[in-house]
Amino acid sequence: MMSKVGAVMVIGGGISGVQTSLDLADSGFKVYLVEKRASIGGTMAQLDKTFPTNDCSMCIMAPKLVAAGRHHNIELITNADVEEINGVPGDFRVTLKRRTLRVDENKCTGCGVCAEKCPVETVDEYNQGMKKRKAIFVMYPQAVPLVFSIDKEACIGCGVCYEECRAKAVVYEKPDEALEISVGAVILSPGFDEFDARLKKEYGYGHYKNVVTSIEFERMLSATGPYFGAVLRPSDGEIPKKVAFIQCVGSRDEQVGNTYCSSVCCMYAIKEAIIAGEHTAGLKPTIFFMDVRAVGKEFENYRERAEKEYGVIIRRGTRVASVEEDTATKNLLVRYSENGGIATEEFDMVVLSVGMRPSEDAEKLSRRLDFRLNKHGFCETDVFSPLCTSRPGIFVSGSFASPKDIPTTVAEASGAAAKAAALIADVRNTQVTVKEYPAEIDVTGQEPRVGVFVCHCGINIGGVVKVPSVVEYAKTLPGVVYAEENLYTCSSDTQEKIKAMIKEHNLNRVVVASCTPRTHEPLFQNTIREAGLNTYLFEMANIRDQCSWIHMHEPEKASKKARDLVRMAVAKARLLEPLKKSSIPVNHSTIVIGGGLAGMTAALEVSAQGFPVHIIEKTGQLGGSLARLYHKEGTREPREYMNELIAKVRDAKNITVHLDSEVKDVTGFVGNFKVKTSGDEIESGVIIVATGATDYKPSEHSYGKDKRVITQLELEQKLEDKSLRAKKIAMIQCVGSRNEQVPYCSRICCVTAMKNAIAVKRQNHATEVYVFHKDIRTYGFREELYKEACELGVKFIRFPEEDMPRVGGNGDQLEVIAHDTVLGEDVLVKPDILVLSVGIRPNEGNEELAKMLKVPLSKDKYFLEAHMKLRPVDFATEGIFLAGSAHWPKFIDEVIAQASGAATRAMTIISKDELETEGIIAAVNEDICDGCGICEPTCEYKAIQVVKVSENPERLKVAVNEGLCKGCGACVAACPSGAMEQKGFKSSQVIAMIDSALEGGDS
Amino acid sequence: MSATEAKHEIGSAGEEWDPKIIVFCCNWCSYAGADLAGVSRLQMPTDFRVIRTMCSARVDPEFVLRAFAKGADGVLVAGCHPADCHYIGGNYRTRRRIAMLRMLLEQYGFDPDRLKLEWISASEGEKFQKTIREFTEKIREIGPNPITED
Repeated sequence: MMSKVGAVMVIGGGISGVQTSLDLADSGFKVYLVEKRASIGGTMAQLDKTFPTNDCSMCIMAPKLVAAGRHHNIELITNADVEEINGVPGDFRVTLKRRTLRVDENKCTGCGVCAEKCPVETVDEYNQGMKKRKAIFVMYPQAVPLVFSIDKEACIGCGVCYEECRAKAVVYEKPDEALEISVGAVILSPGFDEFDARLKKEYGYGHYKNVVTSIEFERMLSATGPYFGAVLRPSDGEIPKKVAFIQCVGSRDEQVGNTYCSSVCCMYAIKEAIIAGEHTAGLKPTIFFMDVRAVGKEFENYRERAEKEYGVIIRRGTRVASVEEDTATKNLLVRYSENGGIATEEFDMVVLSVGMRPSEDAEKLSRRLDFRLNKHGFCETDVFSPLCTSRPGIFVSGSFASPKDIPTTVAEASGAAAKAAALIADVRNTQVTVKEYPAEIDVTGQEPRVGVFVCHCGINIGGVVKVPSVVEYAKTLPGVVYAEENLYTCSSDTQEKIKAMIKEHNLNRVVVASCTPRTHEPLFQNTIREAGLNTYLFEMANIRDQCSWIHMHEPEKASKKARDLVRMAVAKARLLEPLKKSSIPVNHSTIVIGGGLAGMTAALEVSAQGFPVHIIEKTGQLGGSLARLYHKEGTREPREYMNELIAKVRDAKNITVHLDSEVKDVTGFVGNFKVKTSGDEIESGVIIVATGATDYKPSEHSYGKDKRVITQLELEQKLEDKSLRAKKIAMIQCVGSRNEQVPYCSRICCVTAMKNAIAVKRQNHATEVYVFHKDIRTYGFREELYKEACELGVKFIRFPEEDMPRVGGNGDQLEVIAHDTVLGEDVLVKPDILVLSVGIRPNEGNEELAKMLKVPLSKDKYFLEAHMKLRPVDFATEGIFLAGSAHWPKFIDEVIAQASGAATRAMTIISKDELETEGIIAAVNEDICDGCGICEPTCEYKAIQVVKVSENPERLKVAVNEGLCKGCGACVAACPSGAMEQKGFKSSQVIAMIDSALEGGDS
Repeated sequence: MSATEAKHEIGSAGEEWDPKIIVFCCNWCSYAGADLAGVSRLQMPTDFRVIRTMCSARVDPEFVLRAFAKGADGVLVAGCHPADCHYIGGNYRTRRRIAMLRMLLEQYGFDPDRLKLEWISASEGEKFQKTIREFTEKIREIGPNPITED
């Protein structure tokens, strides 16, 4: 029998690769994360904000980067390229070449002195060339791993960095490395590249200074960008008043060979326009759109707010012909087509919304790794297997397969992990390591014996702060029995020193005064744990990032501050207590609510990894809305695929299907749910919500009264059974979407209309088809359908946002009248059949189910995920996940990817025997608590419940569910009686720091 | 400037006076923003001391009052921007608590501007610097905590 390898290689360390790696490493697999650059993060790390929440990109991404960098089952292989993959699925051998960093990553502490002293400046790619960086550099300040590397092209070999590096990490002659690694599966997520705007010569990018690309503009908006977040004209540094965004640069453009839509540019342009206005008062952005493709959750609402609240001017149905520079003012004249004519407008600055093109490595990778690309040059996938490449055992996620936004990418990233895990499920936990620690020393009742370690950080701290004075001062503080200084407290030899000193001086608390706990606390916690101390007997004083670096010219004051910070840390440390992480047992089965495409896919993915699943389906059969789709997707019919799925579900021994079954009650929490249905009571560790959505039942345009008025689904049925009799067909888009009652876009109706229009034309080319629309939103490769429909002679009539077509006529003849915004006049079409593209509606039962599950709904009444960008299939309530149209309307491939993703997220829980709770959580002092319940609504995680005291049922108290508590401490601050405490941040500990800070200290 | 506190006279004994400012930063956004200010070497006055909490919502009103009682001249609470909170909505609670505390301070004869709430994200090192500069300046203008002046 072939031996499988319980490890996976993930190629590409952007948000996709990072998510996949974390998911796999958390489900018992070893991960090798290969990144071609020196740090992970990818494109998302360059973004300032993300739509539609305007979240700070780095804020939401950094914790994931740090988690990946630290995970003991993820090995980062940066600055590396994959050369070839041999072997078979389950047992591959990957050959890699690792280009030398010329810096020893085990020694480099990331202090940055080398870069400060390096005399060579060169182009900073991270800032799109708008800033300079040194020849020895990290890509960005929060880079993971935080290891410097030498840019060989720029380096002059002067040796200054070698001299300056106190850690002796610079190894100029370090050679490249060849690596061979065995893995069971490979996941490709190397991302995309931006379209080269120079190819659109008519827009003058590269010639006109004030024409920039959207990614350059993004860097301008960033606080870490070239102008610290200000929008300035590159030509003169003036604040621009009028800024034009030109859409579809390198997308939907046959001239440059990219016929697809890049899916994300509409939304990012709106975002950049909003943020630019926020950063720069008086800035007036105008966006030139062909169609505004706001198809995602809350996107349409975002677009509307941009126009109404932020004054962003949106010009629809326009295509910009050219941009010309006024040589005197460097202003730009934008010529564009609108309403059948040509107009010109002057702007101070132009932003080109560049599209996504296949990664420049795509071709090379496809040859070396032997998988196929599609005609656009992206990785080839199929509608029904969106995460599989053409080579078995190699999977794909993110924008390497097609242009897509972050949430879709993250869902896919988790989904690809499911594919890889299923392949090697039987060798789970064979390659991962579990760290062994010595037994914990019991410190209860001991007087505090604090050890203080003060770091010079080379010269980063020591160059400003008088470190010896801090050490001497620390020795005088109550409870401190030992203090020393280190060149680098984080270096591996110092870790040994700390352990030795803990033993020698019987230290029971440790304080390190160095950099920030955000990056280094886990390292030191691990060290003291290795010496037998509980990890929570540790405290850090940040005397670098928040002292020596921000007070570089005031050594006296900085030294005093460092002493104060150490005193505060020691004051807290004296009161620190060991915290126990308790563990809760995990039920290994999964409950999937809903037996449609999403539910069945999720169930099969979990089942494929060997875990039991219950599907709870409301109706008497599996299949959901897939049963009504006839048009072939690729080479297969959705119905055929559905029947195959149903057969697989029936055959799977570990899937139990509960038909005609409705959820009546849900109790319990992550790892231990109990779901009562109409017939059963089922226990599970996790719950996946896959309840789908419903079609809007229209009342408009005589639907239901006039047989000639039908929906797209009914037209599809007619095309299937060849019963369509019509010479002229009119379709109206956005019936029941994007109106006052239902402001959102239903995402899929435009494509459905294109497919039907094409099918009508194919059945009988003489049939005339008119499509009335506001925008045509055929995003991604679906743009090809729009193009095909146009080529087949389908006529498109764009009507204004607020002015729906009117349907009338006498009994014999239907009439559709609409205002054509291109012609600027009303048009009349007399169709034999009128087809309504009806929107999608959330299920009516959502509210009731949401209440039972204690999860939220969005304002449109779809289920609301934990975070719209980075947690697209999780709920904030742990152990409950989301997939399919219950989340938002979506296409078959998107549903499959997302459902696979939900399965992976579920596996991170049910693959474990027990879950460890957080150490820093809330705890109730039951003697004081009177059960008033004020804390209960403050908890965002529903971790607090008012319960009866068992010995005295008259009395109430609150109980904290340790499995759900995230340790924010909001309840503690709300408690009026002081009964609630936050472990690790007890009021007494924080107050000790406050008092200590205000003591006055040594001077 | 509140009418309840006499203006601190420049040129009096307070010329050499260095204010004592306590800054509460949430772990996920503002503390990271403060770190970024450091990484970017943004210079600012030295008179503040940062205390990290996991969420700005952990900042118990008691902490703020304790700081003033112990002689702090100013207290700054910094958290994630609205809708950015790592713990979903903790910062909304903080906003209400700070508004309440400012009213309370005024009733006790403190200038409410001694207490400030600011949203600082992990990428806003600049904003951290600006906030510290302006708040320090403001506190210098208001003068020493009336409790410690006696």
